[in-house]
Amino acid sequence: MSQYTVVLLSSIIMYIVLAVSWTMFSAPTGYVSLATAAFFGAGIYTTAFLGEFIPLPLLMLVGGIVSFVLAFLVGAITLRLRGVYFTIFTFGLVELLKNLVLWFEIKFTHVRGRFVVSIDHTTVFWSLLVLLALLLVAVALIKRSRFGRALQAVGESEDAAAHIGVNTTLVKVTAFAVSAFAAGAAGAAMATRWSYIDPGIAFNSLMSFMPVLMAIFGGMRKTAGPVIGAILFAYLEELLITRFPSLYMIIFGAIMVGVILFLPDGIMGLVTKLTRRGAKTLEHS
Amino acid sequence: MNILEGHGLTKAFGGRVAVDNVDFTLAEGEILGLIGPNGAGKTTLFNLISGALSIDAGTVTLTDSDAGTRRVSGLKPHKICHLGIARTFQAAKNFPGMSLYDNILSSAQFGNKHISDKDAKAKTDKVIEFTGLEPLMDKSVKDIPLAGQKRLEVARALATNPSILLLDEVMAGLNPSEVEESMRLVTKINESGITIIMIEHVMKAIMSICGRILVLHHGQKLAEGSPEEISSDKSVIEVYLGG
Ligand SMILES: Nc1ncnc2c1ncn2[C@@H]1O[C@H](COP(=O)(O)OP(=O)(O)OP(=O)(O)O)[C@@H](O)[C@H]1O
Ligand SMILES: [Mg+2]
Repeated sequence: MSQYTVVLLSSIIMYIVLAVSWTMFSAPTGYVSLATAAFFGAGIYTTAFLGEFIPLPLLMLVGGIVSFVLAFLVGAITLRLRGVYFTIFTFGLVELLKNLVLWFEIKFTHVRGRFVVSIDHTTVFWSLLVLLALLLVAVALIKRSRFGRALQAVGESEDAAAHIGVNTTLVKVTAFAVSAFAAGAAGAAMATRWSYIDPGIAFNSLMSFMPVLMAIFGGMRKTAGPVIGAILFAYLEELLITRFPSLYMIIFGAIMVGVILFLPDGIMGLVTKLTRRGAKTLEHS
Repeated sequence: MNILEGHGLTKAFGGRVAVDNVDFTLAEGEILGLIGPNGAGKTTLFNLISGALSIDAGTVTLTDSDAGTRRVSGLKPHKICHLGIARTFQAAKNFPGMSLYDNILSSAQFGNKHISDKDAKAKTDKVIEFTGLEPLMDKSVKDIPLAGQKRLEVARALATNPSILLLDEVMAGLNPSEVEESMRLVTKINESGITIIMIEHVMKAIMSICGRILVLHHGQKLAEGSPEEISSDKSVIEVYLGG
C-alpha cells in the first residue's frame, strides 16, 4: 500500500473506532455523550507524555486506561443527570480538560505544546486495526451478555430497570468507561500523526461531534451502522474536500439533514428495509 | 409478625407535603389495601418504600426470619428489590423493545443475585405459566392490550422472587371480567406466600380481597381497619366513599 492509502485507511479506522464506541454506550442507553474528544485527547496526551519511554501498544493501553478511569469518575458524578443535562456536561468536559492541561503545562512545565515521537504509518495502521477488532469483539460479546440486556433495560425504562434489581448507575458508568477506553486508545495511536500538539489540537470538539453524526448517518440499531457511517462519512469528506472545497460544508450539512429527515434509522435502516422488501418480492414471485 | 413497618414517613415536593408523617405496619401473609382520593399520596408512599424517591423523614424496616430486622429506607431501588420488595407501576413500565419473554427473563436475571441462566429461564417459564401469559407470548410488547400490560407488570415483579409485592392500580381501566381475573391472580399470588399491599380504586376488589385497609387523605393516614370498619367509618365516607 502507498503511504497515502495507509494514512487514509488509518483515519477511517480511527473514525470507525470512535463511532462504534460512542454507539456502544449512547445507542442502548439513550444518553448522548459529547465527551469523545475529551477521551481522545487524554489518549493523545498520554502519548505526548510517555511516547519516548514505551512502545505504541503499551501507549494505547495506558491511554485507554487513563480514559477509562476518567470516564468512570466523571460518569459516577454526571450519569445521575438525565437527558440534555448529561449531554451538556460531557461537552463541558472537553473544554474543562483542555483548559486544565493548558494550565498544568504553563504552570508546571512552562510549555504550551509538546513534540510527539513519530512512529511509522504502517505500525499505527496495524495497531488501530487490532484495536478495532478487539472493540468489535467486545461489542458483540456485550450485546449477548446480561450486561448488554441491562444496558438496554436502562435505555428503555431506567426506573423499571432499577426496580427489577439493575444497579443502573454502575451499568451506565461501566459502559461509559469501556467506550472511553477505546477512544483513549485510538487517541494514543493517532497522536503520532502530529509532530506537535497543544491542548487546542488534542481536545478538538469536532472529535465529539463526528462519531455522533457518523452513527446517525449509518444507523444505530446494528453495529454495522456506525461502521458504514464512519466509512462513508470519511470517504465523502475526502471526496467533497477535493472536488468542492468551498461548498464542502454546505453539501455535507444538506446530506446530514436529508438523512435525519428521511432515514431515521440511517443507511443501515434503509438497507434492512430494502433487503426485507427484496425478500418479500421474491416470496411473492 | 410484622414483615414491613413504616414510621413517620414524610415526603414533600416543593411546598406540597405528599406524604405526611405516615405510620404503617404490614403483617406477614396479609393483603393490605391502600385507598384514598386522587393525589392522596398513595403512589408516593410506594415510591418511598421501593426507593424510587428519597425520604424526607421517617424509616422503613423489613423483618425476615433469617436476617432479622433491617432498615431499607435510604437504600437504592435495586438493593431494595434484592431484599425481596417488588413493585408494579401505575402506568405500566414494561420494556417495549424486548420480547415478552425477555421482559420477564430480565427480572429473573437481575432480581435474583447470582442466578444462573438456566435457573433464570426456569423461573421465567414458571412465572409465565403462573400469570397465564402464554396466549400473549408471540405478541410484541407494544401490541399487548392494557389487561395484558398490567399482567406483564405483575409478572415482571414476581420474577424477582419477592416476599412483599406492591401493586399500584393493576385493575384500573380493566373491564369487569378482566377485574375478576386480576382479583383471582392477586389472591393466588398471596396464597403462594407473598405479602401484598395494593393500591386500588376498584372498591369491589379492595373490599373482597383485602384483610385490612389503610386510607390516605392529603398525605395523612385518615383511617385503618377491616373492610367492614372502613366502609362504615364516617370520616372515610365523607371524603371518599360518599360520592
Ligand atoms: N415526582 C413528583 N414531583 C412533584 N410532585 C409530585 C410527584 N409525585 C407526586 N407528586 C404530587 O404529590 C401528590 C400525591 O401524588 P400521588 O401520585 O402519590 O397520589 P395518588 O394517591 O397515587 O393519586 P392517584 O390515585 O391519582 O394515583 C400529588 O399532588 C402529586 O401531584
Ligand atoms: Mg397513584
